Amino acid sequence: MQERRILPMLPQPAQSLVSQALEFGSKVQPFSSESREKAPRIRDAKVVHSVCPYCAVGCSQNVYVKDGEVIDIEGDPNSPINHGTLCPKGSATFQYTINSSRLKQILYRAPYSDHWEVKSLDWAMEQIAQRIKKTRDETFVERLPDGREVNHTLGIACLGGATLDNEENYLMKKLLGGGLGIVSIENQARI
Amino acid sequence: MAIEQGSLQSMIGALVGNKTPPLPQQTAMGFFTDTSLCIGCKACEVACKQWNQLPADEMHWTGSSYDNTGALSPTTWRHVQFIEHIGRRENGSNGQPSPIDARIAHARGEGLIPFTPPGTALPFFNTDRWLMHSDVCKHCVHAPCQEACPTGAIIHTEFNTVYVQQDICNGCGYCVVACPFGVIARDDGGDFTAHKCTLCYDRMKDGIEPACAKACPTDSIQFGEVAKLKEHARERLGFLQARGVKEARLYGVDDAILEGGLNSSFLLLDEPEVYNLPANPARPSNNVAPASLWTILAAMILGLFGIIFFRED
Amino acid sequence: MGSNMAEAHPIAFASVVKAKEQGAKVMHVDPHYSRTSALANLYVPTRAGGDIVFLGAIIRHILENNGYFHDYVVNYTNAATLVREDFKDTEELDGLFSGYEADAETYTDQSTWDYERDKDGRPLSDPTLQNPRCVFQIMRRHFARYTPEMVEEVCGVPREQWLQVAQTLIENSGRERTSAICYAVGWTQQSKGVQIIRSAAIIQLLLGNIGRTGGGIMALRGHASIQGSTDIPTLYDLLSGYLPQPSALLTAVPHAEQSPGATTWSQTRDAKTNILSQQTLQDYINSSGQKLGWWSNTPAYMRSFLHAWYGDAANEEDGNCSYRLIPKITGDHSHLVTSYQMLDGKVKGYLLIGQNPAAGSSNSRMQRKALEQLDWMVVRDLYEVESAAFWYKQPGYGPDSSPVDSSKIKTEIFLMPAAATTEKEGTFTNTQRMLQWRDKAVDPPGDARSDLWFVYHLGKRLQELYAGSKQWRDQGLLSLTWDYASEKPEEGSRIVDEPDALLVLKEINGYYVHPPDAKEGEKKTYTLRDAPHVPGYAVLKDDGSTACGSWIYSGVYPAPGKNLAASRNPEGRTFLGWGYSWPANRRILYNRASADPEGKPWSERKKYVWWDETEKKWTGYDVPDFMLNRPPSFRPKPGAVGMDAHSGTDPFIMKPDGKGWLFAPKGLKDGPLPTHYEPAESPMHNALYRQQSNPAAKYFRKRPDNVLAAVGDEQYPIVITTYRLTEHHVSGQMTRWLPWLNSLQPSLFAEISPELAGERHIRHGEWLIINTPRGEIEARAMVTRRMRPLRVGGRVVHQIGLPFHWGFQGKSKGSITNDLAHMVLEPNVSIEEAKAFTCNIRPGRLP
Repeated sequence: MQERRILPMLPQPAQSLVSQALEFGSKVQPFSSESREKAPRIRDAKVVHSVCPYCAVGCSQNVYVKDGEVIDIEGDPNSPINHGTLCPKGSATFQYTINSSRLKQILYRAPYSDHWEVKSLDWAMEQIAQRIKKTRDETFVERLPDGREVNHTLGIACLGGATLDNEENYLMKKLLGGGLGIVSIENQARI
Repeated sequence: MAIEQGSLQSMIGALVGNKTPPLPQQTAMGFFTDTSLCIGCKACEVACKQWNQLPADEMHWTGSSYDNTGALSPTTWRHVQFIEHIGRRENGSNGQPSPIDARIAHARGEGLIPFTPPGTALPFFNTDRWLMHSDVCKHCVHAPCQEACPTGAIIHTEFNTVYVQQDICNGCGYCVVACPFGVIARDDGGDFTAHKCTLCYDRMKDGIEPACAKACPTDSIQFGEVAKLKEHARERLGFLQARGVKEARLYGVDDAILEGGLNSSFLLLDEPEVYNLPANPARPSNNVAPASLWTILAAMILGLFGIIFFRED
Repeated sequence: MGSNMAEAHPIAFASVVKAKEQGAKVMHVDPHYSRTSALANLYVPTRAGGDIVFLGAIIRHILENNGYFHDYVVNYTNAATLVREDFKDTEELDGLFSGYEADAETYTDQSTWDYERDKDGRPLSDPTLQNPRCVFQIMRRHFARYTPEMVEEVCGVPREQWLQVAQTLIENSGRERTSAICYAVGWTQQSKGVQIIRSAAIIQLLLGNIGRTGGGIMALRGHASIQGSTDIPTLYDLLSGYLPQPSALLTAVPHAEQSPGATTWSQTRDAKTNILSQQTLQDYINSSGQKLGWWSNTPAYMRSFLHAWYGDAANEEDGNCSYRLIPKITGDHSHLVTSYQMLDGKVKGYLLIGQNPAAGSSNSRMQRKALEQLDWMVVRDLYEVESAAFWYKQPGYGPDSSPVDSSKIKTEIFLMPAAATTEKEGTFTNTQRMLQWRDKAVDPPGDARSDLWFVYHLGKRLQELYAGSKQWRDQGLLSLTWDYASEKPEEGSRIVDEPDALLVLKEINGYYVHPPDAKEGEKKTYTLRDAPHVPGYAVLKDDGSTACGSWIYSGVYPAPGKNLAASRNPEGRTFLGWGYSWPANRRILYNRASADPEGKPWSERKKYVWWDETEKKWTGYDVPDFMLNRPPSFRPKPGAVGMDAHSGTDPFIMKPDGKGWLFAPKGLKDGPLPTHYEPAESPMHNALYRQQSNPAAKYFRKRPDNVLAAVGDEQYPIVITTYRLTEHHVSGQMTRWLPWLNSLQPSLFAEISPELAGERHIRHGEWLIINTPRGEIEARAMVTRRMRPLRVGGRVVHQIGLPFHWGFQGKSKGSITNDLAHMVLEPNVSIEEAKAFTCNIRPGRLP
């Protein structure tokens, strides 16, 4: 295709108007400056290696970060598992993490209350520790009536863990089981 | 870049926008969407929305198999269709064995059906078919939308892909009626300009594969040099037909469609009409010329508006 | 089978599609024609719940037509091993094995399932496979009634179709070829789930498809780290690395025998529950460890584990002191059993960490009621899920429900925002046992924190609250090593007190408590921070000199700066440089079986791991799963214990006898061989035995909140199964807030056949009500030929299918499918039966 002359060099405005106007439909297709300067937003972004949070296939993701914000999440082409691809859920990880419906504050519901109250993180952590201590102390069993040692409480249970990190699960079981004597520590693997 | 030299000059500037010479041509790039590999996951739809930061469609359960997207739109540039072709060995009513079951039972009783059936002679696809197809802009070599565009907003990029320049488009809508595939549309809920698949023009600038093709788990959507894709498409057709998939066919690989073929072509497992694709898409070129005059007028008026309301400097 | 792989695991299914392109044959056996079926070479519709008949008939076909891989079966499985004379099969007891106690509803005496042994305890065998008491012959008798006719009768599958599956499997197995079987919760969520998987294991062992490239049984697990949460379990019955949680059920004077076990050092079991008594560390090792095979290392793994938890306190009384601090189980404390306890007011406090039982657990209406009985609960999530909102948003529907009244619900709730995966670092373990490290991209928003942060700081606060306590019960908490503070805050982060996940990984990997090469007398003691890493589990010791949080993960972080979970080298045939697969970075388990007894590959085509005669060691494309220098010719001495008891031809190193178990002489609660039982709710009587459903399952028949439909109940004649869609994730907890996904699947629908729709006057696109004895829900009718009626038990049986992604929260709302399901639990793993139960339908909407 032959390149034609272009706008800034127009000698005679009126003539060029007509000629340009009649040019549409031909192969002469001038570019807008935006088109010329088009660039992917991930150019010069920092790439952080991650793994998809949904199913257990373990697809690697590249998280692109610019100015402290996640701007894009895509499959990692190097991964021998997903070779850069992602399913629709994996492709939507961006919207899973950047979403106006996400909780950002501690919400507290008092017994018999009909509403949430916003609380501070520190307050909530202290209250939770207090609740755990109280219930544990009330329900702890060192020995069964026949003398067998059990050192447990059946008064507190925990459920969760299949989308948590191994490190998180490890500390959960260590603290809740090994430290507090909670037995019913369970997760999605049971479901 | 517009030159301020009197009102006519300004008008031209507004009319043709901030146009610059086309970038040097590169190898033509495109898609080849092979429906025989599609698992209907819709990763392409989501990856496209994600990369292009397009809003979600309305939540609307269509009941049309698993397709709740319905159609391509200004904010949906990939659309996965689901077509159920599920046969029945007709069951007799009230639970009687179907005629075929009865015949099998009879043949078995007579010892006519051997105990060991053909064994591994399995078809490439099972006989019940659930066709899935990710539809997208065809990036026509001779694109009716581009030909109909009065403002020069629609161009063939340096990669020979069809692209709407959003800073030029004035929303006249001529492209919408020109497209024989119903791909391009004006965003009447948004900026009133025409939108469609850009073939991730921004990503291509850095040599990055378009988002949908990259996400596609099974390589049903392939991106690459058009010439190579077409060569691959023909090989693929031969492969499938050798495996007994006689109904496989290509769409847009040869030049038959719109006198030049499609830079975004397809392998289908049934007649194009089954996928809502026209077998012989009409080029509305007969309408283009008269339309053009009106378009010029419309563009000039719009251009004047531009001068009046958006004059810079 | 039992998996909708294309929809639930699309990226893994991409490999299946690729294999198919290269000539592999893909067969899908499922009640529901899904996107997986569409891509398969063969789709076989079957009745939900008939799996063991379908698979059992394949086993019979293999046995009766010499379809098995003879050399593999004779050498690597227990086909030749003799079983005790007093063992009685289901053939003799009409659907039960010997040892069943009807009152206890369980097998209280499993001793007859054991091998016949010589005076040294070694199993007897007959390599000719002719002895009527050898496993091979027992199997022939056991599976004799699993005929093609029975497949038609029970599964509704024409025998020609079934035979195509059987023949294809056989023809694609052997020296030159291998076949893989993939399953998911379509199998596990049945009251006989473990035995269905066992059926597949038997087929794969008979065909020589275990330990070989292209073979195997692939458990397609459903959550990013659900494998990890089983390996480092948040499960009541496991400690770590499959070391069982200590149990205290048995009284001091048991009426079971207390003698050296055949394969354990000794054991005492409660006769009624079959649970081990483990009051001391020695009890535990004697009964949970094994005398023979790899589990003979239990003392080293357990002692190192105790040290990882309790530090120096683990050394008192040679480890027994800290062992006593570990809580003992006294029964089934699994999630669903616990929810009954909650309903009865016995559980006061609940921590829900990224889990949503109000919509995601079986019989979820009952789950929501259980939450109402709590004193307090903590919910940690990204969104306000159903389990956090049940007290004010729960819709009241169905005949006996009214809208929720907050003023009557006492539960105090702390709803805490959690960090997303991109906002914290750590490892996930995928379904191939592969650990992959994630880096942190950005800070979580507002008060959202990682769960690591939550647990770590909760632990700090609790240790402070209990500081100074002299009570024995508090010593566990106080002696817990709990120092994971980051040495310096992350640069650029506003969260200054995030704990160091890498330090936790180091503890999981293990470290030296004392210098490994220290001389007597100069015993420096390290802390987690300054200790040298252990290079792998081979160096763990039972003398308190090593610590390790999970032995199977040991080796993932063998040296400072060498976190192998973060390795991203995509090269090589088996990608050994990408991530880290436990154990020891092995990609295929039991891979010694990829070579013949002499150590040569079965075929050049399927070459994987083999014995290198010149180097005198095992080698290959993977990390060999065998003693590296043990030649194939090695034979154990009589009386040898531990790994010395295995010969050079015993690939199944975890097993005491080194063989793949066609017949399970111990370890299962519902029998040594898979047996077909009907689901707890079924339209038909068991066509094979008088025993209707799994005799060892937990039915909770007396609970008013778990009413079951009777067998063949005319009120509930339709079989219902549930499944995932590609576009959503489980109860929708992580997807129903995402507009992009919601618009792709905006509504709950039920898939029904045109035949059933016609009978019930239900029109496509309109609403229908689905009811079971537990509840009623509404859904859009997707009338599709993808569902089809089956001829089962001499009549037409209809099946319907529903996804289960909806709830009353999120941007896309709908009925909760799990409201329909019951809580009958599989005996071995306490998983509910959500994949095969019965219901009824009618057109219309709920009031």
